[in-house]
Amino acid sequence: MTPDLTTTYLGLRLRSPIVASASPLTSNLESLQELERHGIGAAVLPSLFEEQIEHEQIDVHELLEHQTHSFGEATTWFPELEDYSTGPEAYLEHLRQAKAALAIPVIASLNGVSPGGWLRYARLCEDAGADALELNVYAVETDVDVSAVDVEARTIRLVREVREAVSIPLAVKVGPFYTAFAHMAAQLSDAGADGLVLFNRFLQPDIDLETLEISPWLALSTPAELRLPLRWIAILRGRVRVSLAATTGVHDWQSALKLLLAGADVVMVASAALARGPSVMADLGAGLRTWMTEREYASVEQLKGSLSQASCPDPAAFERGNYMRALVSYAPSPEAGPTSTSNRGIER
Amino acid sequence: MGMGGRATIDGNEAVAWVAYRASEVIAIYPITPATSMGELADTWSSQGVPNNWGAVPQVIEMQSEGGAAGAVHGALQAGALATTFTSSQGLLLMLPNMFKIAGELTSAVIHVAARSVATHALSIFGDHSDVMAARSTGFALLCSSSVQEAQDLALVAHAATLRTRIPFLHFFDGFRTSHELNTIERLGEDDVRALLDDDLVAAHRARALTPDHPVLRGTAQNPDIFFQAREAANPFYAVIPAVVQEEMTRLAERTGRPYRLFDYVGHPEAERVLILMGSGAGAAEEAVERLCENGERVGLVKVRLFRPFDADAFIATLPAAVSHIAVLDRTKEPAAQGEPLFQDVVTALAETSSEMPRVIGGRYGLSSKEFTPAMAAAAIAELERPDPKRRFTVGITDDVTHLSLKVDTSFTTEPKDVVRAVFYGLGADGTVGANRNSIKILADSAGLFGQGYFVLDSKKAGSMTVSHLRFGPQPITSTYLVQNADFVACHQFGFLDRVDILERAAEGATLLLNAPYGPDDVWDHLPAEAQREIIAKHLRLFVVDATSIALEAGLGKRVNTVLQTCFFALADVVPLEQAIDAIKNAIRSTYSKRGEAVLERNFAAVDRALEGLAEVTVPAKASSARERRALVPAHAPAFVREVTEQMIAGAGDALPVSALPIDGTFPTDTAKYEKRSIGLEIPIWDPSICIDCAKCALVCPHAAIRMKVFPPEALAGAPEDFLSKEWKARDLPGMLMTIQVAPEDCTGCGICVEICPAHSKEEVRHKSINLEPKTDHLEVERERYEFFLEIPEIDRALVAPGTVKGSQMLQPLFEYSGACEGCGETPYLKVLTQLFGDRLLIANATGCSSIYGGNLPTTPWSQNPDGRGPAWSNSLFEDNAEFGLGMRLANDQQAAAARILVSEVAPDLAPEILEADQTTESGIAAQRVRVATLESRCRDLDTPEARRLLSLAGGLVRKTVWIVGGDGWAYDIGFGGLDHVLASGRDVNLLVLDTEVYSNTGGQASKATPRAAVAKFAAGGKRTRKKDLGMIASAYGDVYVAQIAMGADNPQTVKALAEADAYTGPSLVIAYSHCIAHGIEMKKGMEQQKLAVDTGYWPLYRYDPRHSHAGEHPFRLDSRAPKLPVSDFMSREARFAMLARARPADAAELAKLAQYDVDERWHVYEQMAEIEHEAETATEEES
Repeated sequence: MTPDLTTTYLGLRLRSPIVASASPLTSNLESLQELERHGIGAAVLPSLFEEQIEHEQIDVHELLEHQTHSFGEATTWFPELEDYSTGPEAYLEHLRQAKAALAIPVIASLNGVSPGGWLRYARLCEDAGADALELNVYAVETDVDVSAVDVEARTIRLVREVREAVSIPLAVKVGPFYTAFAHMAAQLSDAGADGLVLFNRFLQPDIDLETLEISPWLALSTPAELRLPLRWIAILRGRVRVSLAATTGVHDWQSALKLLLAGADVVMVASAALARGPSVMADLGAGLRTWMTEREYASVEQLKGSLSQASCPDPAAFERGNYMRALVSYAPSPEAGPTSTSNRGIER
Repeated sequence: MGMGGRATIDGNEAVAWVAYRASEVIAIYPITPATSMGELADTWSSQGVPNNWGAVPQVIEMQSEGGAAGAVHGALQAGALATTFTSSQGLLLMLPNMFKIAGELTSAVIHVAARSVATHALSIFGDHSDVMAARSTGFALLCSSSVQEAQDLALVAHAATLRTRIPFLHFFDGFRTSHELNTIERLGEDDVRALLDDDLVAAHRARALTPDHPVLRGTAQNPDIFFQAREAANPFYAVIPAVVQEEMTRLAERTGRPYRLFDYVGHPEAERVLILMGSGAGAAEEAVERLCENGERVGLVKVRLFRPFDADAFIATLPAAVSHIAVLDRTKEPAAQGEPLFQDVVTALAETSSEMPRVIGGRYGLSSKEFTPAMAAAAIAELERPDPKRRFTVGITDDVTHLSLKVDTSFTTEPKDVVRAVFYGLGADGTVGANRNSIKILADSAGLFGQGYFVLDSKKAGSMTVSHLRFGPQPITSTYLVQNADFVACHQFGFLDRVDILERAAEGATLLLNAPYGPDDVWDHLPAEAQREIIAKHLRLFVVDATSIALEAGLGKRVNTVLQTCFFALADVVPLEQAIDAIKNAIRSTYSKRGEAVLERNFAAVDRALEGLAEVTVPAKASSARERRALVPAHAPAFVREVTEQMIAGAGDALPVSALPIDGTFPTDTAKYEKRSIGLEIPIWDPSICIDCAKCALVCPHAAIRMKVFPPEALAGAPEDFLSKEWKARDLPGMLMTIQVAPEDCTGCGICVEICPAHSKEEVRHKSINLEPKTDHLEVERERYEFFLEIPEIDRALVAPGTVKGSQMLQPLFEYSGACEGCGETPYLKVLTQLFGDRLLIANATGCSSIYGGNLPTTPWSQNPDGRGPAWSNSLFEDNAEFGLGMRLANDQQAAAARILVSEVAPDLAPEILEADQTTESGIAAQRVRVATLESRCRDLDTPEARRLLSLAGGLVRKTVWIVGGDGWAYDIGFGGLDHVLASGRDVNLLVLDTEVYSNTGGQASKATPRAAVAKFAAGGKRTRKKDLGMIASAYGDVYVAQIAMGADNPQTVKALAEADAYTGPSLVIAYSHCIAHGIEMKKGMEQQKLAVDTGYWPLYRYDPRHSHAGEHPFRLDSRAPKLPVSDFMSREARFAMLARARPADAAELAKLAQYDVDERWHVYEQMAEIEHEAETATEEES
């Protein structure tokens, strides 16, 4: 019997736990369709960035207004175009087209800056037909006067307000940098989130040694990054009543399987598909099926969370003890660096 | 689009709408002040707006007005209803076709925003000299004197031409009518339909050329019949006045607005009558009304149909009692008995009246010279004198031929129920845009009639704008600047030190200042003159820190929204709450397309504006010790102090005739006296990390950051903290160098800082030059700069001029121009003057470069300490290559004549002079010495031959001719001439400052515009490729061709210019020039140039015929194969990026083609680089 890969995420029934996360592949209709052909359960569109929209509107405005009505021979410098979009229309149009073209659920993603912006764009995404909404809570808080309590409270309030504003399922994608992440997760759940996406990866600056300039940088994830979501999904599974999505570091079926075993409802994949093409998705599904068939698992539902902290034989392994074991088992050698397939992860 | 009802629009829009509805083919070409008519037609066409018959007119941009007229002629001949819009030189280029169109009895209308024809100088402003040059074409000439009339009579013209078969030239005054915003009653589509008779349209079409019933038109005729055939058209002219009157009457029946061929206003038994046409009628009518109220028997005849001049209708219009007539012409016809309207009036009276009234003729309003009711009254008053001037001028002081009339400036007629406001703003602060909105708000929400006229600067950066607004319960017909303003706003505090902004304030007026001070301390910061005027005129003074409020609201420098709100609060024309709602609605309708963020920031500015508004208690006495500073220094030449300073101060109207050059010849080297001090931040040099690269000086568009290399002893007497450092290059051991900013000439554009490659090791963002607030550095840098200028210029023989560093050691002779901040053109011109400025003749095509180069009061073309420098002239737009070639021919001819005479007059000096090597700086310097000796010898000899040689000897020193212009000239209107000059083999150099659009008129597409760019006349993105001018030129084989981009490869730029000059045949250098019409942050201009080259958008190359020999490759690619997709370049410029937001599918398709263009061109160029080309090098043709 072919194992049943269906899973439930945010209350949506998905044909597979392999979900395409936001990437250039989901910003393009053709590649979205190709991803669907390769068996994904759902697709998350790239984030609609309120800050970018605002920035662009101001930029365009300033360029068009620059030096107008100041010189006798030329009062303007550009033709007034009848209609142009510096707002969310292009994004919403892409969402509408994706919905029309795909059978799988389409999840919109949103990164706001102002309370009004979050709500406005959330409603627009819902109206455009999104099956669910992922709130991409992404901010680098640099103000020394703003405390962690303030930041958390703001995030919780935001989730509550969006929850009230829309009726489609709501996922919240957060970063890992919370002192008490479990508590934060519980609060997000209480505020109305239907799911948590773990974890956001931040654009990280780099230094160009040639030009001595700072360059924003987002490297594709590496298999090693899997550990962080793996731990927290395992810990949260059963402790919060929300769907859990693992994102980051899923490069092969083994990683996907580990995350499911730890308790993820879905695993989200971007880097691997970008690096190796949309057919990776099919490979992941095939890998899962083969392993499940060999081990006689009937369904994903059956294995989901079977190695969560609550269900695993050694719960402490997800806590501090893990560190100790890693140290004692660490045996450096030229070949024996940490690899993606090694079961004995090394935390450094 | 107009659907009837009331609207506040300008004359151009009013006319363009009618012309668009009434036309099928519209051929256009940009020219100030007619440009916006073509722009609107093009926009409507691209939006699919239909004409009267439900079809969308075809609008096509041509390569010149001559081309537009040709296309119109062809369209008419093939049966379309065709029109065009133009002005000035544009109309002159249409004349040949106009004779044909009229001679063929073809229904057509040309709408003209009347503008001065260039004579001793170009002027973009209004008068009738262009229209008068078209009198003999056979077109009927119909004149409108207001925005309302311009709309109405435009339709009369279209209707009458269909009925009469005679083409009409419909004209109205440039700027005063074309650009004046006025609340008018709009015509509706049904009005247009009613007046354009479909049967007549069908008749027009039936006369068209078609192979279905072929005819021959455009024959060549001989003495036997030409004359008779010409007379055959007479009956068609005879009926025109009656037809025009009938169409006017039909229009009046529909609209209630009556017009006559000649309209009379004034006393029914007037004895003294004024006659004029155009916008001056508004001012004249007010004068006549006031004089009649005072009991005088005076009147005014407004001429509408000038040609054919209907003498009977004219005589019938005159009151029977008239005994004295003054005719005012807005044109000058030197050497004529009188100006054209005067002559027609005299002829009509002489032929039809038994008792000839006394008629005098005067000129007024040339080049938009103000024409006020007081001036009209002066003309009427002249008629009362026992011996009035037969010919006169009014509005100026003529102290040479004493033709001018005295004007009683206390005579004013401003209506009592009209609110008048004047606003002084900076180009960048949005004042004019806000005022345009305010007029519409008051017209729409308060039911008032409004008028707005905007006096804009001729400087592109840091320009001052003055907005003149009127509001009232009746239509506003005051066609002159506001004189007694109830409200004066100064949007830039610094203006108080430069101009007398209170001059126009009425007694008891309200004054609003945008100041960085509060109500308690602003008074102490006012100059004494302003304090005295505020007290004397009992002004109410209000202050607001709009700059801070705008900044906090995220609006940058645009203080307009804040100050507009304050205006409504103070002007009290409508209740404040209603006004605020109306302002917000206006913001929404103006900016809704721009997005929520833009709306929210403007709304925030409105909401916060009034919090900062406060009234200032005006003290009883002026207390300021600070008077306005003199605008030019005391050491300036007399002409600059006596004439130029007046112009800088905005007081040029007061200059008498005697103050001005008789032939348009002005001194160069004057921009340095106009310290505009517009930069808020200026670059400050840190010598400790400078690497002597000279790039900052090279790229500075304003020559405001400079480099000098000098021996240590030159520092004797330097200010204590004058900065210098060791010059590290080995070419000049022991020398020092300084990079110095000209603090009051810098615009703060930041291009120099962007290009500076030297970073501090400790703090990377700190460069060798950094923008810092000017106020912190002004005094010190001013003193340093003064000393810097005193440091002797380096001996030109010591430097390698064909290098970046070498060129920047040399004195720039193009400085402090009024070009845009960060201009991409001016750095090329500046380096040209560094390389060859002391022997440079420049022919400059009309366009940006002729404006920032030659628009008074001052010029950036300057002189070296020996008094040598570029000699510059602008002839026209279309003829520049030929104009420059003429300069070359004259120089060559003089040199040839001198060479013959040298042997006769000074045989001992002849060999050295005639054999001199002038290919190097030292060779030229040596020749100058020899020629000086020769000239001295000639003076001593004083024989006829010696005297002749003396006048020619200068030609023995090599002169270099550069023919400079933009892409509009080189690719379009001047291409025929450019091509001919390239083919001439002569030693001329052509520099094309390629901004890829018509920059000066506001960014219309040229044939240099690249595919996929949005430009005016290509609103949907240009669909065709950019013309490859360089390849066309290189096909000649003997033309040196280079394509350069300073920001990408500055050594190649300098090298190409030097090579072009050295090459003794024709050279063409095409220089990529970033431009505000590209929609970029201007300080990033050089970065964009680099990206243009790195993506293959703008390949760099040099084609040097001197390498056209077997085994050599004349074509050399100087840039590397594209390493980035062209989208990386395009996505950073609004001209491309806009399209992706407006028409994503089109944009994607065009972007693909743009990449194809790049790939394809690179492919071809690579093959070019491989070819061996045996071509003859330039040999000058014997003539």
